[in-house]
Amino acid sequence: MKNWSALTRRDAMKTALLGSVALAAGAAGPAAAADKLKAAWVYVGPVGDFGYSYQHDQGRKAVEKELGDKVVTSYVENVPEGPDAERAIERLARDGNQIIFTTSFGFMDPTIKVAKKYPKVKFAHATGYKRAENVSTFSARFYEGRYVIGQIAGKMTKSNVIGYIVSFPIPEVVSGINAFMLGAQSVNPNVKVKIVWVNSWYDPGKEADAAKVLIGQGADILTQHTDSTAPLQVAQEKGILGFGQSSDMAKFAPKAQITAITDDWDGYYVDQVKQVLAGTWKSTDTWDGMAKGMVVLPPIVNVPDDVKAMAEKTMAGIKDGSIKPFGGKITKQDGTVVENLDDGAILSMNWYVKGIDDKLPG
Amino acid sequence: MRFELEKRSERSLVMAWASPVIAVVATMITGGLIFAILGKPPLTALWVFFVEPFSSLWSLQELVVKATPLILIGVGLSVAYRANVWNIGAEGQLTAGALAGSMVPILFNSWQSPLTLVAMLVLGILGGMIWALVPALLKVKTGANEILVSLMMVYVAQLLLDWLVRGPWRDPHGYNFPKSVSFEDWQTMPTIGDGRLNIGIVIAVVVAIALAVLMRRTIKGYEVRVMGEAPRAGRFAGFSADRMVIFVFLLSGGLAGLAGVIEVASTVGQLQPNISPGYGFTAIIVAFLGRLDPIGVVVAALMLAVSYLGGEAAQIALGLSDKAARVFQGVLLFWVLACDTLILYRPRLVFGTTPEAAR
Repeated sequence: MKNWSALTRRDAMKTALLGSVALAAGAAGPAAAADKLKAAWVYVGPVGDFGYSYQHDQGRKAVEKELGDKVVTSYVENVPEGPDAERAIERLARDGNQIIFTTSFGFMDPTIKVAKKYPKVKFAHATGYKRAENVSTFSARFYEGRYVIGQIAGKMTKSNVIGYIVSFPIPEVVSGINAFMLGAQSVNPNVKVKIVWVNSWYDPGKEADAAKVLIGQGADILTQHTDSTAPLQVAQEKGILGFGQSSDMAKFAPKAQITAITDDWDGYYVDQVKQVLAGTWKSTDTWDGMAKGMVVLPPIVNVPDDVKAMAEKTMAGIKDGSIKPFGGKITKQDGTVVENLDDGAILSMNWYVKGIDDKLPG
Repeated sequence: MRFELEKRSERSLVMAWASPVIAVVATMITGGLIFAILGKPPLTALWVFFVEPFSSLWSLQELVVKATPLILIGVGLSVAYRANVWNIGAEGQLTAGALAGSMVPILFNSWQSPLTLVAMLVLGILGGMIWALVPALLKVKTGANEILVSLMMVYVAQLLLDWLVRGPWRDPHGYNFPKSVSFEDWQTMPTIGDGRLNIGIVIAVVVAIALAVLMRRTIKGYEVRVMGEAPRAGRFAGFSADRMVIFVFLLSGGLAGLAGVIEVASTVGQLQPNISPGYGFTAIIVAFLGRLDPIGVVVAALMLAVSYLGGEAAQIALGLSDKAARVFQGVLLFWVLACDTLILYRPRLVFGTTPEAAR
């Protein structure tokens, strides 16, 4: 914090002057609601992406709905994971927010830096691994959902080729590819997964191109770990099936979407804000999945009833813990065998399982 | 009836000074209308956009931090464009400079002395120069279009950065996430005060002044202008067009490289897949907005920084969409360029005959 005793009279004058100008301009702004908790969100994409950032913003709205006039929320969208992130976060901290959710991996170091400067403000960072006294981390076990959709894809494919559009080779994405493949192999040993990296979280043009390339290579089912609806729309055009990502994309491709892997942050956000209100907030590491409702699959459609029943059985198994996507023996691409992976191994995964037609970049 | 722009024989000095003011006023009115249509209080919105960035020491610092790379790249590009050489690839030169400079902290991680930073900065300049030399030499030797080559080199640099941070230069303790080790102490730019403000701005301003002197007071500056405006006359005067291409590419590339290494050594603090939100491209706008004059570029860079920070503040304070903030930036550029055009040209409505009919 600034040393207030060092404030000179000139500073005070300046502040007063600025204040009066502000009033003159009719810019007194919304009356400062001192007793309301201020919570803020930082998004990597536009809230209108109908994918990842959209889903986080749904969580923000859930907080507003649930806690009503006890909170004031705000957000900054389209914040690049570069030099601008720290400023956006610090601005929110200076703005009097008591808890700030930074929702993309690339905000990790900026979040930690700002948190050091504002020890009284709470932060929660999504999908990273650095924590502090006032910085929590949270993420969802997306891979659980990917295991389920892998099974559906393994059952539904006729060409035995599945197209997978991916963003960046970070562990979250790689473990998703592997879980998908393990799910597919559990019902169809001949299945192949072809992969295209688009090196972006949100690029409808590139994602659509990748979808077309994969279909050209014989894929009859598409899945994606990128945030736009473009691949599903291509799938619908070409009359094949696919899966939505981050949010339910059914309205963009009602004939193509079987289901989607949606992130439901509502519960987490409401809980975190409530804890700040109650003064019980502590730095935690949250990594929940289907059992806690953080990963949700919307109703399965466009497939025969037996496939739907199978998927629902698998989901129930994952929820009660009887099915573990990374349990049992797993053969890596290079032929070595690993067993019953723990969280640490999943969180730092940088290898493929056998049968994936790609070489991991980097 | 048609509309014509006719070159003015004389430029009004008063209007040259008044034009930016008129542009800003016009932007305020247009912007206010847009905000009103969006259902936001126009005066509050304008206040947040234009005044808030100046209202605290912190935001002033951030303003300067944002403007630093734009100044460094913009002044270099303004000289190149004056020489009628079109370096569009500053973003790639920035990336190459960041990569070259980062070799020091990544490959010699334990070396800590003031010389570490000097080595980083020098390597950053060299990296940018080498990247810029490719389009320059190809233009000189084969006549290849420098716009295309320099632009394509951007993607090469970005993919190289991407590969390095996911592969050989990845932080071994970073859980396979794509980033290098964090830069510490003398691997970073010394800061001024308690915020993110660093000596990068001092370097940027010194460079801008030096280039202003170069362009106005030296033979070299004269040569740049002659080769840009009248290359034939320049050749008669014994100036070499080829050497000019190489000179301005080295200059603008080196400065973009310097901006790149300063960014990774300050605001970013490490190498990662995204190190710049497109500074190399934004600087092209800055160069033109600053009328290809180094001092003008400094003003233009600050102006663009205000619009970025103002846009961010408006999102938070008013819930204004990021898109609306960009539209507002566009409106600002539109009025500035429109007013500039009207200083040089007189709009005229021509009634009746078309040129064909008159013949």
